[in-house]
Order: sequence, then C-alpha cells, then structure tokens
Amino acid sequence: MTSSAQIEKRIVLRNYGKIDPNSIDDYVKAGGYSALKRAVTQMQPAEIIKTVKDSGLRGRGGAGFPTGLKWEFAAKAQGSPKYIICNADEGEPGTYKDRLILEGDPHSVIEGMAIAARAIGASKGFFYIRGEYVKPIEMVKKAIEQARAAGFLGKRIAGSDFEFDIEVRSGAGAYVCGEETALMESIEGKRGESRVKPPYPTDEGLWGKPTVINNVETLANIAPIIENGAEWFRAIGTPKCTGTKVFTLSGDVVNKGAFEVPMGTTLRTLVFELGGGIPNGKEFLMAQVGGSAGGCLPASLLDVRLDLESLREVDGSLGSGALLIVDDSRSVLDVVRSCMKFFEHESCGKCTLCREGTARLARLVDKIAEGQANTEDLKLLERLSRIMERTCLCGLGQAAPKPILTTLKYFKDEYLIRVSDQATPKGA
Amino acid sequence: MSAVQLKPEPEVALATVTIDGQKVTVEEGTTILEAAKRVGITIPTLCYHPDLPPQGICRVCVVEIEGSFLLQAACTYPVRDGMVVKTNSPLVREARRMAVELMLARGDHNCPTCSRNQKCELQKLAESLGIRENRFEVVRVPQPKDTSSPSIVRDPEKCILCRRCVAVCQEVQTAGVLFPTGRGVHTEIAPPLGRDLAEVACVNCGQCILACPVGAIYEKDDTDKVWEALADPTKHVIVQTAPAVRVSLGEELGMPTGSITTGKLVSALRRMGFDKVFDTDFTADLTIIEEGHELLHRLKTGGTLPMVTSCSPGWIKFIEHNFPELLDHLSTCKSPQQMFGALAKTYYAKKTGIDPKDIFSVSIMPCTAKKFECTREEMRASEYQDVDVVLTTRELGRMIREMGLDFPSLPDSEYDDPFGISTGAGVIFGATGGVMEAALRTVYEVVTGKELPSLDFHPVRGLEGIKEAEVDLDGTKVKVAVAHGLSNARALMERVKKGDSGYHFIEVMCCPGGCIGGGGQPIPTTLETRRKRVESIYQADKELPLRKSHDNPAIKKLYEDFLKEPLGEMSHELLHTHYVRRPLV
Amino acid sequence: MGCCKEAPALSAEVDRQLDEVVGKHKDQPGALLEILHEVQRIFGYLSDDVLIAVSKKLGIRTSEAYGVATFYSLLSTKPKGKNIIRVCVSGPCHVMGSDTILQSIEDELQIGVGETTSDGLFTLETTSCLGVCSDAPAMMINDKVYGNLTKEKVRMILRSYAEVKEASVS
Repeated sequence: MTSSAQIEKRIVLRNYGKIDPNSIDDYVKAGGYSALKRAVTQMQPAEIIKTVKDSGLRGRGGAGFPTGLKWEFAAKAQGSPKYIICNADEGEPGTYKDRLILEGDPHSVIEGMAIAARAIGASKGFFYIRGEYVKPIEMVKKAIEQARAAGFLGKRIAGSDFEFDIEVRSGAGAYVCGEETALMESIEGKRGESRVKPPYPTDEGLWGKPTVINNVETLANIAPIIENGAEWFRAIGTPKCTGTKVFTLSGDVVNKGAFEVPMGTTLRTLVFELGGGIPNGKEFLMAQVGGSAGGCLPASLLDVRLDLESLREVDGSLGSGALLIVDDSRSVLDVVRSCMKFFEHESCGKCTLCREGTARLARLVDKIAEGQANTEDLKLLERLSRIMERTCLCGLGQAAPKPILTTLKYFKDEYLIRVSDQATPKGA
Repeated sequence: MSAVQLKPEPEVALATVTIDGQKVTVEEGTTILEAAKRVGITIPTLCYHPDLPPQGICRVCVVEIEGSFLLQAACTYPVRDGMVVKTNSPLVREARRMAVELMLARGDHNCPTCSRNQKCELQKLAESLGIRENRFEVVRVPQPKDTSSPSIVRDPEKCILCRRCVAVCQEVQTAGVLFPTGRGVHTEIAPPLGRDLAEVACVNCGQCILACPVGAIYEKDDTDKVWEALADPTKHVIVQTAPAVRVSLGEELGMPTGSITTGKLVSALRRMGFDKVFDTDFTADLTIIEEGHELLHRLKTGGTLPMVTSCSPGWIKFIEHNFPELLDHLSTCKSPQQMFGALAKTYYAKKTGIDPKDIFSVSIMPCTAKKFECTREEMRASEYQDVDVVLTTRELGRMIREMGLDFPSLPDSEYDDPFGISTGAGVIFGATGGVMEAALRTVYEVVTGKELPSLDFHPVRGLEGIKEAEVDLDGTKVKVAVAHGLSNARALMERVKKGDSGYHFIEVMCCPGGCIGGGGQPIPTTLETRRKRVESIYQADKELPLRKSHDNPAIKKLYEDFLKEPLGEMSHELLHTHYVRRPLV
Repeated sequence: MGCCKEAPALSAEVDRQLDEVVGKHKDQPGALLEILHEVQRIFGYLSDDVLIAVSKKLGIRTSEAYGVATFYSLLSTKPKGKNIIRVCVSGPCHVMGSDTILQSIEDELQIGVGETTSDGLFTLETTSCLGVCSDAPAMMINDKVYGNLTKEKVRMILRSYAEVKEASVS
C-alpha cells in the first residue's frame, strides 16, 4: 500500500498547515508574491495568459472551463473597467476545500487574483465569500490589508505602474450565488438570480463589464504555474485535465478530510487508501462525487478516474470535488431525497423548470421512497429529470437531477422495488 | 428547402441560419424567435412580451441548437452564422409541454371563472400544445386575493411568475411596487413588506393588467353595481364616456383594432337602460378652458411654472408619492371625469330638478386609476360622491356581451344634451399630446386673437417618450413638453426639480400612448394597438365640425348660465382641486 | 381611502445608526446586501421601518430592498431569538444523522424548525452545508460552528447558552 504522502500532491495546499495564514511574512518567506512580482515586472499580459493556457488549467468550481481561455476572452473584450471575481461562495454540500485554502493560505488566492487582474487588465477585484464563512471572511479581509500594506495590492504594485485592489463581499445564504451570473447579481446588491447566457460574463459581466469569475482553488493554482511554468503543471494529472484536485471526503469513511491529489486519481485510491476505507465493518455502497449535484457511483465504478472526462463518461461529474461516501447500511434513496430537498430549498425561483421542477423531483422521490408511487410516477421522475438537465436556465437546475439520473442508472432496483406493488419497501 | 433572403444593409454583419430546414439570413444578434418569425414559424412564448425586454425564464420558447446539449430560450438566444435550429423536435415539444404542465399544476387555473377566460395566454398555450392531461398533481397553497385597491385585484394563486408585470411596474412606469419576494417555490410577485396594494405607492395605472398573460391581476369589477342601479327605478342613471373608449370598445367586442364606434357606443348604453348618455369630451373642452386660463394666469402673474396637466389620475398619485415637493406645479383643474361628476350633481341636477341623491353617475373609462380617483375625498363637490362608479372599457364590453347586444350591427346615435356637444379638442385628450394640442389651439387664439393657421401641432403627436415644442404667442415664446408613461414623466420631473427645464407647460399622461393605452383597455394592448388607436383618435378629431374647445357652444352656454367665468368662484368650487403628499413605500 | 400607511418616524438614534451604516458604504456600488447584513447585526432583523428607511437613504425602492431581504436565508424580516441555531441538513450531515440532532434540539427546546422559544433565547433553523463536513453532523449557533454532534453534546451546548443568559440576569 502506498503512503498518503506518495499519493498526495500539494499545489494549492502547499502552505496549508506549514505557515501562519495570518502572516504575510510567512507567505513571502515561503516564496509567496514572487510570481506576482514576475507577472507585473517581467511578463506581458499576453504572456501570462499564454502560460495559463499552456498549463491546461481548468476551472475548479465544477464546469471545468479552460482558465487561460476565459482570461483571453476577457482580455480581448471591449469595455472598461474590467473585473476579476474570486468565487468563494462554497456552498456545495460536502465541499470545504475553499474554506481550507482561505483559512490556511489566503495570500495564495489574493496573489492569483492579482495575476489574473494583470492578465485581463482589471484594476478592481471582488472576493465573494459565503456569509456562513465568518472566519474566512475575517481572514481574507485581514490578508488584503496586509497585501495592501506590503505593496502587493493598491497602486504601483511591486514598483510597476500596475494598479489593483480587492473588495470583500459576503453572501447571505443562497447556494445559487455560487453560479457565476447569480453571484454577480448578488455583488450588485440584487436578488441572487441567474442571468440568461449569452451574454457571457467575459463580455458583459459585473455591471455589464467584462468580468472573469474564478474559483478559489483555480486562483490558488496561478502563482505556482507562473513560478514553475506550464510544462511543470502539465506533467501532473491527465493530458486533458492537468494539475491536482482537492477532494473532500465525508460520510462513512475512516479518514474524513481534504486530500489534494493529481487529477485522474481513482475513486478507490481516495476512499480506500487516503480515506482508509469504510468504518465499522460496513461495505462501500456508493460515493456521491461532486456534491449534491453530483452523480452517485456504485462499487463497480470504484476504479473510475477522478477527472472531468472520465467522470463524464460514467454520467457523473467532477463538480467541486466533494466525495460523500455511503455505506451499505444506508438507503440510496434516502441520500437522493436529501439532495432533492436541498435543491428545492435553493432554487432561485426565476425559471419555471427549476422552480417547479426541483419541487416536483422532491415530491416524486419522497413518494417513491415512501412506497406510495406507481410506475407512472417513476416514468415522470425520469422524464422530468431528463428535461430539466437540458432546459433549466442555469447550472443549478441543470445539475439538480444528476443524483436521480445516476441512481436510476446504477441503482434502478432501489426504485423498482418501491413502486407499484412489486415488493414491500425495503427498510420502510 | 426554401430560402428567404432579406435585403442586407451594407455594414451590418449577417448570419445565415437554418430553422426547421428553412434557411434565413438575418442580422447577427437577432434572436432565434425573431429569425424564426421571418420563415413563418411562431415559436410559442409566455414570459415574452413584444414591448418588454426578453427574459428567457418561462422556458416555453426553448429550442434545440445543433451541437448543443442544452435547449436555449429562443426569445433571448442570438443567432450565429451557420446555426442549425430545431423548434419542433420531440425533445423541444416535450420540454415545452413540461414547462406548461408545471405551471398549470401549481395554483388556481380554473378557467371558466377566471377574468381572463378565453383571453389567457397560458390557456391558449395549453390548447395549442395539445395538453389534454397534466402528469403532475395540482398543488394549491391557498392565498387570499388582494382586493384592497379600488382599481386592481391581485390573485397570487393565478400568478405563473413570468415577471412581465414587474418589468412594467419597475421599468416602464417606475411605480416600483411589484417585485419578486421570497425564493424558489415560495417566490411571489407582490408589493413590498407583505402589504396590500392600497398600502403602497401603487398608482392604479393597471399597466400590470395589460402585461399579465393570465388572470393574476385584473381590474376591480364594478359591473354589478351598475346593473343594480340600472334596475332601480328610483335612480336616475347617467353615464359619461371618455374620449379613448370610442376607439377601443369595438376592439373589445371583436371589431378591428382602432375601429371608431362613437355612435354604437351611445346606442349600446341607451339599450342598457341609462337615462342619459353624455360625453366626457364635453368636460374635456371645459378642462381646456379652465386649464388654458390657469396657464395664462400663471404666465402673467409669475405663478409656479412649468404648469403640469392634471387629468391623468395615475399620474397624480405618482407625483403625490414620488415628487410631493412639485405638487404646486400641477394644474388645479380636476380631470374631465371629475368636472363632469361635479357638474352632473349640481348644474345638471338643478337644471332638471332631480335630487342629486337620486342621480347615479357612471363613467366609462379606458382607465383603472379613475376608479381610485372617483373615491378621493376631494371629489365630493356636490356633497355626494360626484362619480359613483367607473367602468373600464373591458367591463363595459363584458356587460354588452352579457346583455347579448350585437355591437357591430348597432345603429349610430347621438349623445344627449346638455353634455353631449364636444369638439375635436376634447377627443384628442385620449392620445398622448392631445391635451397639449387642445390647449394650444385655445390658448393661441385667446392670447393672439388670431385664427390658427393649422390646427395640427405635429411636434406633440406620436409615441416618442418625451416630446418638445415651442409656440410663439405673439412674441411670447412658450416652451412645452409632453411625456407619456411614468418613466418618461419621472425623467421630465427630475429636470423640473433641478429647476432648469425651461418649460412653461407640460402634459403628462400616465400610460404609454396616453389614455388609448390605459390600464382598462382591451387586451392585448401593445405598442402596435396603441399606435392604431392613436391614429383613430386623430381621425375622429378631423371628422368633427368643431375642433377647438372655445368654439363649443354648450361650453359657452355653461359659462353664461352657471359658471360665469373661467377660474371664477363657481369654477373654483366645482372644477378645481388640491393634492396631498403621500409617502413612498 | 386608498392612501398608504405613513411610516412611523424612526427614533433619532436608530436613524443615526442607519445613516452611519449607509454612509460607510456610500461609495460602494451595489452595497445593499452588505448594508442589510450590518443593519441586521445591529437590530436583529430587518423590520419594515428599517427597510423603508434604508431604501430611502439609498435612493432605491422598498420593493427592491424587500425582494432582496426575502431572497437570502441569512436575512430575516421577522424578529428572531437571541441565539439562532442553524442545523446543517445537507448530504454529509444527513448521512451522519442530522435528523437525530434536529430532533434532540426540538425536544430540548420544545420548538420546531422556524420557531423561537417563548423566552426569546433560541430560534431553530436548518441550513445548507456549513463546510465542516469532516465533522458532520454540524450546526452553527450565531457565528460559531459546532461539529461531531451527538445528542448529549447538543444538550450541553444549548445549556451553555441558556446559562449565559441566567448568569447575566443574576
């Protein structure tokens, strides 16, 4: 058995637990802000963008859009000023990687934002942190002040004529604000409802200006990429999905916690090597990968590689990197019910399919779980799920049916035994 | 495959797209919905309204785009060159139906008792999409109707959250009342703080009613009160009809948009049993005399300028809430409806010897705000409520249908004396710019003593939001402005507030297009129907023998017999009013 | 009739506090959410009068402020207890038994979700993920997060809050 140290590869968690996160000096001593210095004094914006593009870095918020390309769109977009937003509205159940990064190494994200700003030509950035994250909000605010005092934010950064500053905005309890357009609405002081796309944020984002929105983990990768080069980064992970990913293990697993591993590490490695397997002598039933909007994968898929492409092949998604492990003493449908209740509560209510659809999914799953449903209900559940994933206005509604669709695929019997009069409900 | 080629403008980037196998070349950025129209495909919509920004939220207009997993809303999605679109694939049909079924499965969608039965966009969609059963169980969370307003009823259980009313209330009218509250399935479009409409700055304009695709918001129905009065032998029931009703009632009763039906309207009201049928145009002429003299008085004596018209009750309530510091700018003239109401229970009562308590005064208006206006405390000059009931064009239409009158085939008849004689100046009150034009026709001749070379003041006509003109009154230049729709009125008032607008006289009409676009008018009322009704108004003006208020012989007689002089003591008592400051919530 | 309710005048002190909060953010576009956060921190919830006053000071419509205030779970337009308990009911906590935790709080405080104890000390709510999933099940009381909850632990925590009140009373 390999040791955790051999499996783990720390880039975004490079300083986690090693430095005092409240000390900018510690961060600088660990090599911090040298990438920013290089980016503003020795690199042209196009060169920064090229490096990030070449690194193959893709967004860590869930959608996996190539970061360099996003920056390039914004850099080329007409309109001024331009904005860079750090999406720290980490609300995906089972995910707390962003909190760890912000609490363990806030400067790494600030540095990434400043480099992004330099690349796209932004002078203003926003840190949007969910309101529940009281401690990270305070730490980030403090870190920004330190960076300003040290000349890494504000006017004439690192002695250059590059100017950039960051403002912290906090959410107020709305999961949907993790969706980038809803997040911008929220920063603008509005109801956090998703916008239709196009226009895309890189063309018309915050206050209608070109805007890049990057996840905390994405931004924490930037300084190391600038420091070590694109080739170094590309060598980690899979060819299409480079670098590392932080996975957060929760549920029925011995070692709960966050693990940063190369993209493409298998689910089995995470659960049984890093996670130490299933406690209390139980068996692995399934893993929900990517959060509440993630797919539920059975034991037969333990060898699936955790990267964007491999997960898509099995109808799953990488999402935020949450791994909720469920043992065989529990019911698959119970987990699905909890997810559907969540989406019903968190739908913004703007588009019909999501507003009404999430509520209907929740009712239908309840009905099935309680043994009150017939085959028509099951059929409707499946059709509604299929339509929602293609028709809802934003990612929330599109992803909400995922737990249903994957459990219908991998645990169909769990549904079938509960509908009609085919069997008495298990454990009811 | 047929190709529809449009003549391209030289500089505009073009995109050729294929929609259901039809190739069409359009300007880049055109929405799929628009492009589809060009090849004769009407994609079903619901939250889309031709006069409002597209939203893409009801998901009824979704289409398939080749190469894209996601379906996209045709009303917002722009075409790209080479795009291949399917508007009628099995997936699209299923998604559309699903969206409509989901809407139908929440709340009260009991069509036969709905105010919008047979005029409901959701009902039509369900029909055209072939929805014969709903796979979802109907969920009803009983919510009370808001009947607090004398003008508007809100029924949250019928609301499908399309937000068209929000765009109208917030952007077009800037009344700022209706807004989404709550989240998810608990979202409700409502006034703030859980309050009723009567407790907030709703101006009763009813534009939300015109925007609503379903029956979630509608006029307070007062038809029963009128039926009751008509059946009461002790009541002398009189009726006045507003200028804009004559060009829209026909539309409500199945005739083409813009049909001028003055004579049929009079016949219908008589057949319904009204004792006298009068014309609000008469008191529109009277308003011009009073308001014209008020303007001249202000110009002469250094009174508050610009003077702003006061005949639109939605506008009055708006300024009371939003610009209370500008109330002195308002003309003190009552609206034609209320001038009529005051005279009916005084002058007319005296003249006919009927006790005013036995007079039941009804008015037919294109307007929901008039329902509020007649209940204002200030509107009891006769010591009774001067106007007892206001019916909208739609309500009168319903009564005529209920009675079974074949409206299009009714003969023409004439209004009764003494309030039946009117001029073209009174008629054009119904369109934006009309009051201004009518006033200028009179003021010019009063001041200069000369005949106007042309009666048509074109700069104040038309549907541009804010119009300006300058009139030379024998050396005195009078600068005027006209605004319709309250967002335009707001913009104008901001300039007045700054003090450098330079205007002497401003006409404001609450509703886009003026009264012909009022909140009580037939549904649909769109930019297109507003335009047609405006044309008819000017046509009606042109066809009248008298076109200047001061030429109205009945008005002259009224002054001789009763009022004595414009702005005189009697006028002050009956025809002028004051305003109140209202809080802004 | 038909006239709307006049807003009762706020006390000079409340008005001053609101001015201070709004003034602090006056150069910040779109700061409504930040302002509502801060105002709620001062007054415990967003009352009608406060929302009307804040809207006026910001030059926005009350309908907009109310629409925003009712959208976000952490904002409240209704008065709440002194301590707000938010029990996480998201996937990982659900799997680790948040239902039992919720039940034990309901039993201990004799209130249901969304309710406030009669002494005004606690309001019980559920919340989506608090981001402490390795310590599931978890809850938050005011700004403090508690993890690895058991029935016993919950009882102790709740009592510690109740005792703070008693101590301050005596």
